[in-house]
Amino acid sequence: MSKRSSWALPYFIFLVLFVVMPLVLILFYALQDSSGHFTLSNITKFFTDKDALSTFALSIEVALENTVLCILIGYPTAYILADKSLNRSAVTVVLFILPMWVNALMRTLATAELFTMAGITLGKGTLLFGMCYDYLPFMIYPIYNVLAKMDKSYAEAAQDLGARPWQVFAKVTLPLSMPGVISGVMMVFMPTVSTFAISEFLTNNKIKLFGTIIQENINNSMWNYGAALALIMLVIIGITTFFQKDDGSEAAGGAL
Amino acid sequence: MKKVLARTYLILILIILYAPIVFIAVFSFTEAKSLGNWTGFSLNLYKNLFTGSMQNSAGLISAVENTLLIALIASVFATLLGTVAAIGIFNLKGRKKQTMQFLNNIPMINPDIITGVSLFLLFVFLHISQGYLTVILAHITFCTPYVVLNVLPKLSQMNPNIYEAALDLGATPFQALRKVLVPVLRPGMVSGFILSFTMSLDDFAVTFFTRGTIGLDTLSTYIYTDARKGGLTPELKPLMTIIFLIILAVLLFINIRSAKTKTN
Repeated sequence: MSKRSSWALPYFIFLVLFVVMPLVLILFYALQDSSGHFTLSNITKFFTDKDALSTFALSIEVALENTVLCILIGYPTAYILADKSLNRSAVTVVLFILPMWVNALMRTLATAELFTMAGITLGKGTLLFGMCYDYLPFMIYPIYNVLAKMDKSYAEAAQDLGARPWQVFAKVTLPLSMPGVISGVMMVFMPTVSTFAISEFLTNNKIKLFGTIIQENINNSMWNYGAALALIMLVIIGITTFFQKDDGSEAAGGAL
Repeated sequence: MKKVLARTYLILILIILYAPIVFIAVFSFTEAKSLGNWTGFSLNLYKNLFTGSMQNSAGLISAVENTLLIALIASVFATLLGTVAAIGIFNLKGRKKQTMQFLNNIPMINPDIITGVSLFLLFVFLHISQGYLTVILAHITFCTPYVVLNVLPKLSQMNPNIYEAALDLGATPFQALRKVLVPVLRPGMVSGFILSFTMSLDDFAVTFFTRGTIGLDTLSTYIYTDARKGGLTPELKPLMTIIFLIILAVLLFINIRSAKTKTN
């Protein structure tokens, strides 16, 4: 028994080297100037940089709107897919995740092109639509997973005890499906804040999101400021994960 | 009535989800350079793709090769590392187990850009020149957690005594591993492998930050550079259409087969 627990050791070393150390290095570089001296100027630069701040605010706003949109569209979809009286085919579920296997950048370019063809100017509206389109499967799948595994007797019991259909949904089904919603939110919110290519394509470079600024700084050798911006994102990730008891890993696993 | 409404809703969402893909597929049958330009039916783009007679064909072909090779190597290593790790984590207890599970969750919670930037800084810090090796290491990093997550449930479903029984009956630890443990874990390993492979194929941000400046391109970075230059290589349209059809066929085959074995 004790012997086989040592099998975790190689992966532990791997995780320390390729996950923990890189994250520590973000902090390390964020608190340095380009000649390697300790400084807080990268952090203060962000809080005094009007452009960076407004991009940050816009990114959070777009990510919030996208997440809400994904829940509003994705929840009913997952609900119908998981309801045996409405859908009995596993193939239908596969159809909803299949688009993810086509290169995301290619799909995004095609979406932008469709908008242009329809005479719709690329801007915030198209950005939201395209983001929602890209991330919708990530919302549908975890919710579907939880709903499909849910014990139906709870809902039936509520019904037998005289609850109306909407009451059954609001008081039983919805609360029980929250772990799926939460892991869906995790898979949509932070990735939306941090995308760079997708937002560039969908708005013809008109709207920058936070990911784009990080990428520009890193690519222009401004590693320290880039690291500081990444650090700010890490802090937000830390806060959002802290408020989430279940890490949603169960719903995220086994996505096939 | 409820059923009709539900059906209509699903079909509507599906139409939106598939519109860009159908759009690419339709416009792969015309010769025009830009995506939404129809200049009559033609199979020329397919012909160019297969005969390699297009602008920068070497670049596109090597991007496809790199994408497949990196995905294959990364997911093989991720599957091995993740399976061994899952066996170890399963046998750990208390705080050690929690720590491992916490660490394993980090790459899954981190958005791509954080994984990419942090690994970029690691390679810069350690003075490792970036190229194939660093991209593969980065892909193993974000793939392995999903293997661990797929293998762990198989371990908890397994009867713990059968491994010990094999040892008692004279099997060497390696034989017991190969004949007892691996068959039980195989479904988890396979789904972990497939998940890793597809995530590696689709990755853009992590590759973008860890590929260095040696001109290494995967399909994603190729498309990104191409689109930023303004003109998308027209042959990408037939390529994407073919990839999509292959995946569609494979997934439908797997699902129809598993549905059949279930009903039997």
